Amino acid sequence: MRFATRRGMPEAKADMTPMIDMTFQLIAFFMVIVNFSEGERNERIRLPISELAKPPDAPLKSPITLHLTDAGTVIFGPDEVSIAGVRHLLEREVRFLKSRGDDPRQATVVIRGDRSARTGQVQELIRVCQQVGFERFVLRARQEFASLAELAVGS
Amino acid sequence: MRIGEPAREEGGVELQMTPMIDIVFQLLVFFVMTFKIAAPEGDFNIRMPIVAPSEGIPEPDALPPITIRLTALSDGRLAGIQFGNRQLKNFLELRERMIEMLGPDPGPSVIESTEVELDCDYHLRYEYVIEAITAVSGYVDEKTGQIVKLVEKIKFAPPRAG
Repeated sequence: MRFATRRGMPEAKADMTPMIDMTFQLIAFFMVIVNFSEGERNERIRLPISELAKPPDAPLKSPITLHLTDAGTVIFGPDEVSIAGVRHLLEREVRFLKSRGDDPRQATVVIRGDRSARTGQVQELIRVCQQVGFERFVLRARQEFASLAELAVGS
Repeated sequence: MRIGEPAREEGGVELQMTPMIDIVFQLLVFFVMTFKIAAPEGDFNIRMPIVAPSEGIPEPDALPPITIRLTALSDGRLAGIQFGNRQLKNFLELRERMIEMLGPDPGPSVIESTEVELDCDYHLRYEYVIEAITAVSGYVDEKTGQIVKLVEKIKFAPPRAG
């Protein structure tokens, strides 16, 4: 990005200071708002909407995020397995927590279920988690205002 | 951040701005391209402790949970909401019944002692469960914009056959 100047012509000098100021401010802005917790999200999951779903005040203790797809599979880290198949992955997680001196009963399982998933599948997933020793669960929803009257019987 | 003019006449050092501007623009392009607007997400706590055989008998003082039955059509859509013996039209009515039962602003003792059990059909779409949890958990006060809590203890009934 080097600009040549013609010989004999007076050199035009652009004041770069405001541009550099602005550019650094933009970089600082993007660096501050960059989201490093992107691993907890998954674009395939369309979360249900709730007006009361507020972000937690304090970070969850030892959160374990499970994504339940509309096809009934579970995405845990890089793996996509069936609900029954997630058991051995969770057992590995329990061993890891115990080796770290943490109690799995105090860990929180975050369930990011797709809005089209079946409720029975969510319950099955919770049961598998209970069987390996987890007791605390949170259901994640997208914070947005939706009229409760819109979701009526038969809609 | 004013950068001084290069003092050529005085034999000063000319500051090369080009590489810095190049890298700064590359950084800017990177951040702009990777920028995603993500909707805020929130959580609902679910109480699902493992019931040991010795803990199977409930405390005598404990109130029985309020059972809400959600039935589904074969395609997963909501077929009915049953609150006690009453069939409700929508989740707004469910919230009204909860406010009627617990009061518009129940105190901590009421919130602590009240438990809701959701009894849902296997094929019910999950979004209706979240709507039911939203309806029983509380509501946003239109005057203050604050959330008024109704119930914090929510659990699922044993899953029905799929």
